[in-house]
Amino acid sequence: MGTTRREFLILAAISLAVPEAARAQLDPNLAANRKAAFQEALRRIVGDAQVRRGRVKLRLPPLIDNGNSVPLAVAVESPMTQADHVRAIHVLTEKNPLPDVVSVRLGPRAGRATLATRVRLADTQSVTAIAQMSDGSFWSDSAEVVVTLSACLEEGLI
Amino acid sequence: MSLRTALLFAASLLCARAGAGEIPPSERRSGYDLMSRETRAMQDDDATNPGMLWVLDGETLWNRKAGAADRACSDCHGDARESMKAVAARYPAFDAALGRPVNLEQRINMCRSKRQKAPPLAFESRELLALAAYVARQSRGLPINITIDARTRPFLEAGREAFFRRQGQLNLACAQCHDDHWSGKLAGSPITQAHPTGYPLYRLEWQGLGSLERRLRGCLTGVRAESYPYGAPELVNLELYLMWRANGMRMETPAVRP
Amino acid sequence: MARAVVTVPARATRGEIVEVKTLAQHPMETGFRRTQTGELIPRDIIRRFTCTYNGTEVYRVELHPAMSANPLIAFSTIAAETGTLAFQWVGDNGYSVTETASISVE
Repeated sequence: MGTTRREFLILAAISLAVPEAARAQLDPNLAANRKAAFQEALRRIVGDAQVRRGRVKLRLPPLIDNGNSVPLAVAVESPMTQADHVRAIHVLTEKNPLPDVVSVRLGPRAGRATLATRVRLADTQSVTAIAQMSDGSFWSDSAEVVVTLSACLEEGLI
Repeated sequence: MSLRTALLFAASLLCARAGAGEIPPSERRSGYDLMSRETRAMQDDDATNPGMLWVLDGETLWNRKAGAADRACSDCHGDARESMKAVAARYPAFDAALGRPVNLEQRINMCRSKRQKAPPLAFESRELLALAAYVARQSRGLPINITIDARTRPFLEAGREAFFRRQGQLNLACAQCHDDHWSGKLAGSPITQAHPTGYPLYRLEWQGLGSLERRLRGCLTGVRAESYPYGAPELVNLELYLMWRANGMRMETPAVRP
Repeated sequence: MARAVVTVPARATRGEIVEVKTLAQHPMETGFRRTQTGELIPRDIIRRFTCTYNGTEVYRVELHPAMSANPLIAFSTIAAETGTLAFQWVGDNGYSVTETASISVE
């Protein structure tokens, strides 16, 4: 559906009326910038290594009461021995203002490679958990979550 | 018109049908029952319920001497686990000196000024919320027990009247959502029956603990009505009505809500 | 009253994997929120959490603004020997909280 001349003029007038602070939040390149930030964060963690699917289980509720506090659990399959264990777990998001959520360093003393926490999710999006094994390999899992907004918000989210 | 305003407007149109009136006791539900499994688990486990951080602070404050009298709550009341059992479940309660009901936070502040000779704690301050949460925690699992007598009846009636009165620019009464449409949803969130079973409670939206008055003020702002200041008799009357309406339901403090 | 709560079983058998749950009292201000008058609220978060078991680090977490307020960190560790689990949270503006829990291992 195209934009009529009238609609265009109205939109233009509205966009000029939006104060500076609000316009900054309506960055037209937001989606592209966040995608780039996610790729950059991923590169910082894995470098040029290949990330394989599997061994990692990321659990998030499919529907969320409030994006301020979303229960998140990661469990990685590993014998957690001196010779073969999980070295690190990272969680990244695609649409939060920053991609990094949490990074964990652990070893055989943990017994099990798990993390249970609560995170902020700014939007309906995909969340990724990446585990680095003691042999240097990277494994991952992703989950899609739907964030619904509470009806009677007093304050904005995040 | 924002999306939220539009939705509230739509909800108000739905309310045009005859009001269903007060909820029969057998159909009463705590907001707990309408939450996701995960949020319920967060409330149920003291090790993960963030409200417990305030309860533990409250325990510290309960035993800490304060004011010119250099007295702690515990110096008069002893072990709160015994002396405060079921107390929060009967608040707001009538204060003979003031001639009107006071809520738990007000009672704590009255104790502070009269017995401890200490300045009152600000409403919604970390300390007052912590003390109220610690006291109310001692009623967890016990039934709400508001008794109405000749002295309190006028205040209960004033609270009930406020609950059914249309207010604000959206011209909505509490009852239109919480009595007539509690099984429905507003912008994806369940509409609750507005039973104050778990205050002070940890709201994910607030990212902290808050009182029933904070919630009521939020609701009033939501219908675009001018809110009352903390501690206003109008708010306490409404609290009294809501607690009376929830008589027999179990206390959940510190509850967790979305 | 900066406070943290840790939950660790008081006793365990040697080699058993035990659950550890921690809550720290902190607003985890993201640095992206604005006041009603439009001013940016500066970031104020916990940046690092560590758990040591009789002096040996067993779990370390780097936190970002996307961690919820009053962060929950739950994990597991092997009950190696009787002793102390020490927890530390360190963050912006000089925030530092420590907490300990004893575990008896048979």
